[in-house]
Amino acid sequence: MTSHFLLLILFALLVSAVFAALLRDDPRSQARTGAMMFGGFVAAALFLGWLMYPLPL
Amino acid sequence: MTSKTTAAERPRAATEPGTVAAVCLAAWMVPGAGHLWLGRRQKALVFLAVLPLMFVIGLLLHGRVFPFEFGEPLVALAAIADMGLGLPWMIARLAGAGEGVVTAVTYEYGNTFLIVAGLLNFLVMLDAYDIAKGRK
Repeated sequence: MTSHFLLLILFALLVSAVFAALLRDDPRSQARTGAMMFGGFVAAALFLGWLMYPLPL
Repeated sequence: MTSKTTAAERPRAATEPGTVAAVCLAAWMVPGAGHLWLGRRQKALVFLAVLPLMFVIGLLLHGRVFPFEFGEPLVALAAIADMGLGLPWMIARLAGAGEGVVTAVTYEYGNTFLIVAGLLNFLVMLDAYDIAKGRK
């Protein structure tokens, strides 16, 4: 698999799962925290990618 | 302040220093083993499934398990991060896996997966330490 976007999604998913399990105790709040973190990771990556799109100038 | 932890998930605090050290060692060697020891089965399963998976993905993406080269500080730091995964890291080192293919398009991704898996396991180990000390 060489799709950068899919690797980004996979990485965000796995890291979110670990952080959610670390930070929350019950499965429901783990799922919510993990989903929010995953969305945040992907949104931040897309936004930063968009900002850097014109580079190098 | 109320706790969200259920009775079944409550930690068994290990007050003896030797036991705490053993929990930390187990948590380092096998991701999730410390939590399993302390009765946090659900968390342990997440760590046991995800962290070795990240390590394997890192290897499959041609990432490098960095050697301890203290002449090159960044390589040494990456090696310390890789080491965080304990047994999978040892197996990879002994098997000669993780040579890294610099020319592979996924090389940096592989390194990222390997390094982050190790660093996350350090966090998991610290969490197990806190639970063992009765702080969580």
